[in-house]
Amino acid sequence: MTEPQQAPRRPGAPLGVRLARALGLPVLLVLAWWAVSATARNFYAPTPDTVARAFAETWFGHRIADDVLPSLGRLLAGYALAAVLGIGLGVPVGLAPRLRAAAEPVLEFFRAIPPPVLVPLIMLLAGIDTAMKILVIVSGCLWPILLNTVEGVRALDEVLTDTCRMYGIGRLRHLIIRGASPQIMTGLRQALSVGIILMVISEMFASSSGLGFTIVLFQRGFQIPEMWSGILLLGLIGFTLSVLFRWVERRVLFWHWSHRA
Amino acid sequence: MVSRFWYGLAGLAVLLAVMEAVPRLGLVDPRFLPPASRILGELGALLATPELWAALGETMRGWGIGLAVAFTAAVAIGFVIGIVPGLRAATHSTIEFLRPIPSVALIPLATLLFGASLGSTLLLVIYASFWQVLIQVLYGVADLDTVAADTARAYRLGWWTRIRHLVWPTALPYVMTGLRLGATVAFILAITAELVIGSPGLGLEIQLAQSSGAVTTVYALVVLTGLIGIAVNLGVRLLERRVLAWHPSVRGEVPA
Amino acid sequence: MLEVSHLRKVYNGNGDGVEAVRDITFDVAAGELVCVVGPSGCGKTTLLRCIAGLLPRTGGEVKIGGVPVTGPPPGMAIVFQEYGRSLFPWMTVWQNVELPLKEKKVPRERRDELVAESLEAVGLAHVPKAYPWQLSGGMQQRVAIARALAYEPQVLLMDEPFAAVDAQTRAELEDLILRIWQRLGMTTLFVTHDIDEAVYLGQRVIVLSSSPTVVLEDLKIDLPAERDQIGTRSLPRFAELRGHVYEQIQRAKGAQIQRAQEAR
Repeated sequence: MTEPQQAPRRPGAPLGVRLARALGLPVLLVLAWWAVSATARNFYAPTPDTVARAFAETWFGHRIADDVLPSLGRLLAGYALAAVLGIGLGVPVGLAPRLRAAAEPVLEFFRAIPPPVLVPLIMLLAGIDTAMKILVIVSGCLWPILLNTVEGVRALDEVLTDTCRMYGIGRLRHLIIRGASPQIMTGLRQALSVGIILMVISEMFASSSGLGFTIVLFQRGFQIPEMWSGILLLGLIGFTLSVLFRWVERRVLFWHWSHRA
Repeated sequence: MVSRFWYGLAGLAVLLAVMEAVPRLGLVDPRFLPPASRILGELGALLATPELWAALGETMRGWGIGLAVAFTAAVAIGFVIGIVPGLRAATHSTIEFLRPIPSVALIPLATLLFGASLGSTLLLVIYASFWQVLIQVLYGVADLDTVAADTARAYRLGWWTRIRHLVWPTALPYVMTGLRLGATVAFILAITAELVIGSPGLGLEIQLAQSSGAVTTVYALVVLTGLIGIAVNLGVRLLERRVLAWHPSVRGEVPA
Repeated sequence: MLEVSHLRKVYNGNGDGVEAVRDITFDVAAGELVCVVGPSGCGKTTLLRCIAGLLPRTGGEVKIGGVPVTGPPPGMAIVFQEYGRSLFPWMTVWQNVELPLKEKKVPRERRDELVAESLEAVGLAHVPKAYPWQLSGGMQQRVAIARALAYEPQVLLMDEPFAAVDAQTRAELEDLILRIWQRLGMTTLFVTHDIDEAVYLGQRVIVLSSSPTVVLEDLKIDLPAERDQIGTRSLPRFAELRGHVYEQIQRAKGAQIQRAQEAR
């Protein structure tokens, strides 16, 4: 998920216009999909209403508790653990220039490994269970958080650092984490994308439950509308997490130039 | 700084030393974590086989074609959206919804449509890279300096001239950033498609090695993908620097 | 109050060192306002940072109130040139000014008093809840000054504080400093590259040579204590003093050029 500054805000447009703009193209696309799928009658392209029905039937039931929530729970656990480790290690490394110079190539190497590749690797070590899945997520999410924290701490404004030294202000409490937070948030955002990918992959690849597994199950069983509903659900989850993240980011980084008008 | 290089080298040396010592000392079962020397030896052996290079070629083919298609499409579409008035607002909600959809969600669809072939790889690679490039292009087009734009209007420059001499140079740094991000994502998705769906390439080799229990091979291939990932990143950065040498620009890199 | 004796600073780059400051000696008595001026690149900021304990000295000694300075001393406050970067952007004006006092463990009531007084002294009592980036450059610098004042330091250091501000705001801020200094009588060391400013504000002006820096002259400014932008600056004595300082600095620059030519 890339995250540029907010799209130019249109201040004065009335609500009706804004709603029309927001919904116009999506509605058009859905209608187009409907038209194409209804006329083409392709097995792989069900009509939107079929998908919607499948969505309602499939996911509003035991599956929420059995598959969806556990998946999200593992994602959250892995992400949180990666955040704690990443920030906890990133701060000391960022503050010590020599340690940083030594660690950076190693960390960059680990970050360059495509995260899904870690799934079979960790499977060899830890088998297939909840702990393994969480470990997979941590192993992928850690690097962007760690590297961005290191960078954020390193690039702290020296005028602020000097100010703290002059006035005897404790740097760790007041300056370091908040000052590095824009860069840390970037790392957390990248890690979120990685986490979602790993959550899905680890379940598609080797699992007996979970969101990814269920979708693959549908695909193998040629339950097409259900499969599409699963894809839609994943999309919604990705979207919702992204919105949530941006909301948190806006509150934490309200003071940063990237968030001001 | 020269000393940074040596420190970095020292760090890598420490990593290798630890990866060598830990399994040898029995801290971790060497069946699950072979010593670094053995991993690197296996990698060397693999690199001597034509099969590996064939797989590597398949991966890079999927990566290259997918990236090219995604890049071209995203630049074209991005410019159109950015320049034609009103399009940006109209497409904003759609883009913001589609963008965070994890491309791995398309894996079952790809499997159905293309099976274990290049097609699946391309579907995933193109979908994922497209958004990376598009966002950066949109950003670049929007970043137009108002003074420069006013100058262009004052001199009554035509729209093609404006695009060539005003919009394109402003957007170029962003386009290059998009290329770099897209290239990285493309590589990840190519490997992912091969890993999960089974399209030919390094990812498939990893999956085969894992399911047949060839632990050292898995590690060797993982190291290889890491190295390729670094190479891709460095390669695009070099390209970026050369292309942008002619376009000194002040831009904050849009956070990825 | 502030004693600087034979201060020396050598930067050790790769190999040979660069002698930024060779030998600087001067005193600032309690309650004095002394300005330091010199040609560009003469190490004014280096000097100030050494005095503040932010930069380790190569030689010489700095004492405040008789106590030698090793690190940033508790009784010293500094106002930087880059006001935008010296304030915490995630804190309001009030919180920014209050923070050093909280670290000093000043009790709540006294803290509120000090903060309110300083904000009033700099004319910002009406924006306590604003964030620094919502304020103009001049206002941000006032916040930095208020923060230094509230801290009640023994010595106030100012590092070209008005260099990054427009001319009119600079005049306002100069007068602000004068008023505050007259009211509170704080020992102040004011570094600037602006000769007019140095002569206008200071009771004494210390003129520095170019690098490697020594004190060229310690000039007493015998202008009337009551200063104002228009009146004082049109006094003939003002023109004399500033002309004298200007000459000294030109001579120093000339000597540097000559030295550089000889070195080739």
